Amino acid sequence: MKDQEHRGIPQTTPRQSATFSQDVNSDIRRAAATGIYDIRGGGAKRRVPNFDDLLFMGASISRYPLEGYREKCETKVTLGTRFAKNPIELDIPITIAGMSFGALSGPAKEALGRGANAAGTSTTTGDGGMTPEERGHSSKLVYQYLPSRYGMNPDDLRKADAIEIVVGQGAKPGGGGMLLGQKISDRVAEMRNLPKGIDQRSSCRHPDWTGPDDLEIKILELREITNWRVPIYVKIAGARPYFDTTLAIKAGADVVVLDGMQGGTAATQDVFIEHVGQPTLACIRPAVQALQDMGMHREVQLVVSGGIRSGADVAKALALGADAVAIGTAALIALGDNDPRWEAEYNKLGTTAGAYDDWHEGRDPAGITTQDPELMARFDPVEGGRRLKNYLKVMTLEAQTIARACGKNHMHNLEPEDMVALTMEAAAMAQVPLAGTNWYPGKGGF
Amino acid sequence: MQTIDLEAKGLRALNEQLHAQTADTNQTAWEIVNARGSHAIAVGLDAPIEVTVKGSTGYYCGGMNKQATINVHGSAGPGVGENMMSGTIVVDGDASQYAGATGHGGLLVIKGNASSRCGISMKGIDIVVHGNIGHMSAFMAQSGNLVVLGDAGDALGDSCYEARLFVRGKVKSLGADCEEKEMRPEHIEILKDLLERAGADAKPEEFTRYGSARNLYNFDVDNASAY
Repeated sequence: MKDQEHRGIPQTTPRQSATFSQDVNSDIRRAAATGIYDIRGGGAKRRVPNFDDLLFMGASISRYPLEGYREKCETKVTLGTRFAKNPIELDIPITIAGMSFGALSGPAKEALGRGANAAGTSTTTGDGGMTPEERGHSSKLVYQYLPSRYGMNPDDLRKADAIEIVVGQGAKPGGGGMLLGQKISDRVAEMRNLPKGIDQRSSCRHPDWTGPDDLEIKILELREITNWRVPIYVKIAGARPYFDTTLAIKAGADVVVLDGMQGGTAATQDVFIEHVGQPTLACIRPAVQALQDMGMHREVQLVVSGGIRSGADVAKALALGADAVAIGTAALIALGDNDPRWEAEYNKLGTTAGAYDDWHEGRDPAGITTQDPELMARFDPVEGGRRLKNYLKVMTLEAQTIARACGKNHMHNLEPEDMVALTMEAAAMAQVPLAGTNWYPGKGGF
Repeated sequence: MQTIDLEAKGLRALNEQLHAQTADTNQTAWEIVNARGSHAIAVGLDAPIEVTVKGSTGYYCGGMNKQATINVHGSAGPGVGENMMSGTIVVDGDASQYAGATGHGGLLVIKGNASSRCGISMKGIDIVVHGNIGHMSAFMAQSGNLVVLGDAGDALGDSCYEARLFVRGKVKSLGADCEEKEMRPEHIEILKDLLERAGADAKPEEFTRYGSARNLYNFDVDNASAY
């Protein structure tokens, strides 16, 4: 080639394969060297149709906007109005998704509670049970009821403000989990009734019920134990949102939590995260349709999670019919996860800020997804809580700004008719018109 | 003795009344009649009371029990004593699937047979089954003791952790990472105590102990075929 160049013959530039990209090749080399699939944290990293593919149209002659600094745009939301004696009242339609003590450090969980409290919203436990610190710092705490039942006990159940039966998780519909031995401190081991240092597997199915008929009886049992006091949520992955929402409602859920494939996990196979489940955007309309078909829209509340990053995302999810959203990954970033200030240390781990996802290894430079006392000490839960509060406030202000521009005095008054889609895919998934048209795929039978 | 007609009074009123009992209650004896296979009978109890259920129960009888003694004069549906923390549950008849699932403590006695997944994910509970148990029992069992006077079905103790499994009869097959273990004097003592408390007529020496081989405790690709 050099010779050709020297002889003045034009040469083709080196061409990378679209099929065998550098990313793909590195996966192959890693698999060949280790003999094991890649496990990581977080949600789907591939590009999927998402909220960025939607736009609000705002007010015009036919829509009357509200004055940004004068006219009210309500953000309060009540979850669990169907059966519970004490529904959860939130000041903002943004909640903190379930993340476990074990996957996260104690101070990180404390910060989530502090931030959520200050913003007037709820936090959620995760696999591993409820810690006293978490309960103490969260005025509204949702207690997850998971297949592993690690740490599950009736005393904590009665302390919860709501119970979330986890059927699925967006990052891994149909999958369980594994907390690797290096993150199993004495305290984590004790809470999970297992020896220190061994991998702790979380099964993919609940041990004592199978199918929707059993789920109905399980919900009855939990209601009886808690004297019908607190709402029962059912969390489903973005797998078959229409049918799963329908079955959750039939089983007696007060709230359906719907988690799309961008939703994070503490640790799962990369192949699972990237290839199983549906994008959040694709899941909302079928779930809302199920609620409407059952006559339960707004009676059973829908909380959507998986890739929510901004007030615009919140507004779009609500406009599609959700009652609230939940954030996980975004909350961790607000706390300081993947912050470029730790770049040198990310480099030592063979990664870079923004791409770090080996949360299961417990070596998080930011001190958030770790049980290492030295790393944990880097994280200040008071400062972390303040940052989360700020972030939640900004998201709320952003969502209100959009809602007012659309003439809405409550976030829940946003509707699909306020939006257009930028791509055919998003138009089809969100069932809103492609920008510049009055049509979306499937409309009118086409 | 307080007698409650479940059919007449309803499940909510029954559980509410049982939940209202405190540690120093003098209403310590309760009888439930007309159980008729109802679900969630006597769940979430937390007082030193004795509850006798006349007839068979549906799902989750005695679920998450603490302190109370519950006697079922019949058979029990799925998940009897699920996630119980303490106290005692005795089922005179048979038990359906998931008996004692995820239980943290206390004693569950099944005088008949127990179906599949008995003691699944158990976390400290003691379970004594006078008859046989079904397949996949003690799956992912973490701690506690499962005692079976009869036979065990397929895949006993699959992926179990530190739970001790004692079987007097035949075991159709062992699950992944479950193996026969040496019966040491301390195990004989544990068995003796449990058999006595469960009213079981058997000698500890007649049992074989099974438990985790601990090969799957930390993921190793060389063990991939076992998963």
